[in-house]
Amino acid sequence: MTELTVNGQAHALDADPATPLLWVLRDHLNLTGTKYGCGISQCGACTVHLDGAPVRSCVTPLAAAAGKQVTTIEGLSDDASHPVQRAWIEHDVPQCGYCQSGQIMAAAALLATNAAPTDDDIDAAMTNVCRCGTYQRVRRGVHRAAELARTQEA
Amino acid sequence: MNRRRFLKATASSTGGLVLAFHLPALGNARPFDGTDLAGEINAWLVIDPDDTVTIRVAQSEMGEGVFTSLPMIVADELGADWSKVRAEYADANRSLREDRVYDRMGTGGSRAIVHSRPYLQAAGANARERLVRAAANRWGVDPQECTAADSRVTHADKELRYGELAAEAAAIEVAEVPIKTPDQFTLIGTPQRRLDAPAKVDGSAVFGIDVRVPDMVYAAVAHCPVMKGKVRSFDFSRIADRPGVLQAVELDGAVAVVAEHYWQARTALDVLPIEWDRGVGAGTSSGDWEREFVAALDGDGVVAHEQGDTTAAFATAASTIEADYAAPYLAHACMEPVNCTAHVQEDRVDIWVGAQNPESVLAVGAEAAGVEPQNVYPHTCFLGGGFGRRSNPDFVREAVLVSKAVGRPVQLIWSREEDTRGGWYRPMAALRFSAAFDADGNPVGWSNHSVTHSILAGLRPETVASGVDRTSVEGLSEIPYAIPNQRVTHTIRNTHLSTWFWRSVGNSQNPFARECFVDEMALHADMDPLAFRRSLLGSEHADMLRVLEVLEEQSGWGAALPAGTGRGMAIHESFGSIVGQVAEVSVSKDGAVKVERVVSAVDCGHLVNPLSAEAQIESSIVYGLTAALYGKMTVEDGAVVESNFHDYPMLHMADAPKMETHFTLSGGDKWGGLGEPGLPPTAPAVCNAIFAATGKRVRSLPLSEHDLSWS
Ligand code: FES
Ligand code: FES
Repeated sequence: MTELTVNGQAHALDADPATPLLWVLRDHLNLTGTKYGCGISQCGACTVHLDGAPVRSCVTPLAAAAGKQVTTIEGLSDDASHPVQRAWIEHDVPQCGYCQSGQIMAAAALLATNAAPTDDDIDAAMTNVCRCGTYQRVRRGVHRAAELARTQEA
Repeated sequence: MNRRRFLKATASSTGGLVLAFHLPALGNARPFDGTDLAGEINAWLVIDPDDTVTIRVAQSEMGEGVFTSLPMIVADELGADWSKVRAEYADANRSLREDRVYDRMGTGGSRAIVHSRPYLQAAGANARERLVRAAANRWGVDPQECTAADSRVTHADKELRYGELAAEAAAIEVAEVPIKTPDQFTLIGTPQRRLDAPAKVDGSAVFGIDVRVPDMVYAAVAHCPVMKGKVRSFDFSRIADRPGVLQAVELDGAVAVVAEHYWQARTALDVLPIEWDRGVGAGTSSGDWEREFVAALDGDGVVAHEQGDTTAAFATAASTIEADYAAPYLAHACMEPVNCTAHVQEDRVDIWVGAQNPESVLAVGAEAAGVEPQNVYPHTCFLGGGFGRRSNPDFVREAVLVSKAVGRPVQLIWSREEDTRGGWYRPMAALRFSAAFDADGNPVGWSNHSVTHSILAGLRPETVASGVDRTSVEGLSEIPYAIPNQRVTHTIRNTHLSTWFWRSVGNSQNPFARECFVDEMALHADMDPLAFRRSLLGSEHADMLRVLEVLEEQSGWGAALPAGTGRGMAIHESFGSIVGQVAEVSVSKDGAVKVERVVSAVDCGHLVNPLSAEAQIESSIVYGLTAALYGKMTVEDGAVVESNFHDYPMLHMADAPKMETHFTLSGGDKWGGLGEPGLPPTAPAVCNAIFAATGKRVRSLPLSEHDLSWS
């Protein structure tokens, strides 16, 4: 049994501890918002937060999440009210949408440590692949989310 | 459009099948027999008592925006309050049973709007007229005196909401209703945010891979490393005891391992001993093919287009130039690896899949399961990218066969590696161009021979009987440039790889070569590339000339650039739309390329949703640029070498150019597509810019294979 907390809920799982967290989330917990894109840490579609830091869950074994707090796209907010989610809607960012959970989780993690990222900061932190090419709107979305987060706090 | 509403919409499902615990944002789950759908006014739309308008979308949402743009077309005619509109997928099974009520459901060829606009407008107009008649009947007034807008019918001081009228409207028959002229549009042409965006920012959108059905198991699949190879044998006993593993199923040239969880299936498959018969492709290599394709350029080929006397033009020319170009095989690499969930029962097959053509899903499901087509129920999900790949139902067949073999619902997932190596590639091609000039430097002769792997030879062989596959000569057999003598020939040359439609099809490689060669001609004629093109476009190309003008203006064409940077352009018409692009590129002294900016000028006639139109142009640029920079399938000993994003790289945000898109709309009868036309000019514009920056002429892709260093 591996114990971990996902989106605030405690779970005890009897999956093989070597199973990537990605598949534990998707198949065992039916949290399908976290996506499989490459399985080798190349695309970021599987990005979740582990104790607040962004990780690629496809190469994070369940064992590495034991006793930790996992946040997935489903747990980022109750009602899509996280500044990144609001900015994404405002700027009409998603196309097919498949990469967007990962993009949003990466952006949220960036903003958690950098309240006003520059374009270079965004380039460095947002290495998620978007095959639909939404990059320009993702960039605008991150800047807008930073703004929303600041006004929210003020 | 909150999650609860989606849940409500999926609570009942076709034919009483119970869907699993969470299928929010999944579309086509309403009953289609009309029994409890009093508000279904016609097959395309339902109006609930609370005024919610549900519009059926018969095309697949793969990012291009049909879940928004197609409802806009219906809602405009309907006079619906847009804030109350939601979208759901049309039901392919219903379409089969009801005489193809949803017309052609395949999505591709950039034709979602081009093809369906007239009948979607008719559906909206039909419903509006019925609502008006229903209100007029209640009031006892002349329907002509009523107005319908904002989901209300009004007459003098009387007003009824659509939701109050829907049930009555559904029972009223009306003859054909005239549709609006473009000047009457209220919604078409206005920027609207995507209806599916909310579900795509909170993880609730259901893609094929997210489907969960009670009692479902998972399958991982391995295909013979050499396409068209076969399974010789495999030893299931070696994995039978692994946790969760249930069964291994032999497929055509593939083995699927079925387990309780995907990772169990995947890891078991990794250690399953499989003996392959590598078949006809063994021993081949892409390097050999490249040499063979170029050698075949020396042959005659079959004439695809001829005008004037090209032989004489070249014989009497003051000067000539010639160049060979080449383009490789490419995988689509949709962000969501292909997958399908199937449940085969004795007299019923359910298929949940993100596919570009639910009608072919239905047909393949029926054939593979051995049931009547009317007993197959495709449930279309969101597609994590399509780009043409998902119009091929090969993976649907596999899921159906595996479900049939195990007797349970099965979700079959191709790993990224299988997806990359699984074929259905953009064809490889070699192209030779020659141009003849008179003493004043005017082009008088144009000759082009292409050698291309044919897509249609495998799909519809009768269409290539002449020796020309029309998809292979797109952008070649018809060129916009007024050169009096032209001879365009073609040779089909196939390998054992499978080929398929890849975003913009033949337009993905041919305009690359053609537009680069036109720049070579401009250089030879000592003219500016943009001015050169303008000089070759006759007055019948007024739309193209205007695109050039906008492009010139918006890009700052001609303004000086620092050393190591360059500007290049290309223009091409495909799928009914003209797109011209200017790329600005910087190349470091050691040859690293960065595309800094891409300016597009676009004429698609009319725009339905400017927001998604712009997104499609940006998307096409990134897709085309990714291929131009890195894309190539290498084959050694018959097997594809590339397997995942580390060796089949994708463009990242840091490398994406700034993109500016300008629409210049010619209107009239022109309704061009937008899912693909933004792609063809990107590679040639970039290569022409690289020439401007470095003096190095790139004649084959990808760019990563070229030394672009300069000093
Ligand atoms: S799926 Fe984890 S990085 Fe691609
Ligand atoms: S939106 Fe489709 S992959 Fe990013």
